[in-house]
Amino acid sequence: MPSLKTLRNRINSVKSTQKITSAMKMVAAAKLRRAQAQAEASRPYAKRMGEMMGALAAAEAANPNAPALLVGNGRDKTHLLLAITADRGLAGAFNGNISKHVRLQVQALEAQGKTVKIFTLGRKGNDSLRRDLDSKIIGTKNFVGKKTIDFADAEAIAQTIIGLFRDESFDVCTLVFNRFHSVMTQTVTETPLIPAAAPTANDNAAAEQNYEVEPDDGTLLERLLPRNLAVQIYAALLENSAGFYASQMTAMDSATRNAGDMIKKLSLTYNRARQANITKELIEIISGAEAV
Amino acid sequence: MPLVLEIISPEKLLLSREVDMVVVPGTEGDIGVLPGHSKLITGLRGGLVDIYENNTITDRFFVPGGFAEVTESYCAVLADGIIRQSDLDPAKAAEGVTAAKAAYDATDMNNAEAYRLATDRLISAQAMVDSISPQRADKA
Repeated sequence: MPSLKTLRNRINSVKSTQKITSAMKMVAAAKLRRAQAQAEASRPYAKRMGEMMGALAAAEAANPNAPALLVGNGRDKTHLLLAITADRGLAGAFNGNISKHVRLQVQALEAQGKTVKIFTLGRKGNDSLRRDLDSKIIGTKNFVGKKTIDFADAEAIAQTIIGLFRDESFDVCTLVFNRFHSVMTQTVTETPLIPAAAPTANDNAAAEQNYEVEPDDGTLLERLLPRNLAVQIYAALLENSAGFYASQMTAMDSATRNAGDMIKKLSLTYNRARQANITKELIEIISGAEAV
Repeated sequence: MPLVLEIISPEKLLLSREVDMVVVPGTEGDIGVLPGHSKLITGLRGGLVDIYENNTITDRFFVPGGFAEVTESYCAVLADGIIRQSDLDPAKAAEGVTAAKAAYDATDMNNAEAYRLATDRLISAQAMVDSISPQRADKA
C-alpha cells in the first residue's frame, strides 16, 4: 500500500497532465477549424483543374507522343512512394498508420520484383521510416515551424518530384496520405501521381463535350500536368493537416477522459487509505485508554 | 443569360460574379468572352483581365498567367493571384522584370524545360509593367 503522500503526489501529477491534454484538445480543435477552412477554399481550383485535365487527358491519352507525366515512361520497374505524415505526434495512430502502410507496400512491391524508393513529407514519417528503410529514402521535406502550408510549398515539392522523374530516378509515383473523412475517421489513401490517373468513363463524358483548346492539346498539357501534380500534392497536404488536428483532438479527448478515470480511482484509494489510518489511530487510542 | 466570371487561385476563390463580358489574355491573343461562348480551354499569359459591364470596363485585374476554362455560362480563370490594376506598383513591377531577366540570363538554354519557365516568368514580369499603363483603347 503506497503512503498517503505518494498517492497525493500522483493525483496532483495526473491532474496537471489532464490540464495539459485538455488544453491541447482545445488548441487542436481551433486549428482543425482553420485547416478545414483552408481545405475547403482550395476545392474550387482543384475541381476546375480536374475538369480541364479530364477533357485534355482523354483526348491525348491515345496519342503516342503524349507527355510522359500523363501516360508514364513505359516502364514500371521503380516505384516511388510519396508518404505524407504530420510533423508532430500525440495524435493517436495517425502517423503510425502511414508508416505501417508504407512498410506493407514496400514488401508487396518488392515481392513483385520492383525497386522501391521513398520520399517523405513530414518529420514523423521520416523519423519512423528511416529506422529500417533508410536506404530507400531518397528525399524528405518537413514543415516544422510553419503555421500554414501554402501552394508555393506544394509547387516546390512537385518540381522536385518532376525533376527526379526526368532524371529517371523512378517510373511510377504514388502518393500515400491520410484522407480526412470526418473528425473521427481518417483513412490511409493511395493516389497515383505519375502516370496521372487513366481517364475514367466520367472523364470521357466530359471530353465528349468537345472543348476547343488553345494553343493545342499537347502544349497546354505540358503546362497543365506539373500544375496538376502540385494541386494534388497541395490537396493531400491540406487533408493531412486537417486529419492530423482531428486525430490529435480525438487522442487528446480520450487522454483527458482517461486522466479523469485515473484521478477517480486514485482518489478512491487515497480516501480508503486515509480512513484506514484514522480507524487505526482510533483503535490505538481506545485500546490504550482501556489498558489504563 | 449572364456570364459568371470566376477567378480562382489554388488557395481560394478570389472572385465570383456576374459580368456582361470579360476579356482574358490568352497565350495566342486576347479573348473576349460573352455569354454563350463555345467551350474553350486556353493557357493564359500575364496580362489584364478586363470586366465589362454596360459596355464599359468596370474592373481590371492583372493575372501573372495560368489557365482559363470557358463554357456557355461561365468563365473560370485559374491564376496564382490577382492584383487590381490600380494597385499595381511600378517599382515592384520593375524589380520583378530585373529579377526575371537575371534568372533568364542565368538559365541553361539547352534545358528546354527551364528555358520555358524562365521565358514565361520574364514575359509575365514584363506584362506587369505594361499593364500599369495599357496602351490599347480602354473605352469601347
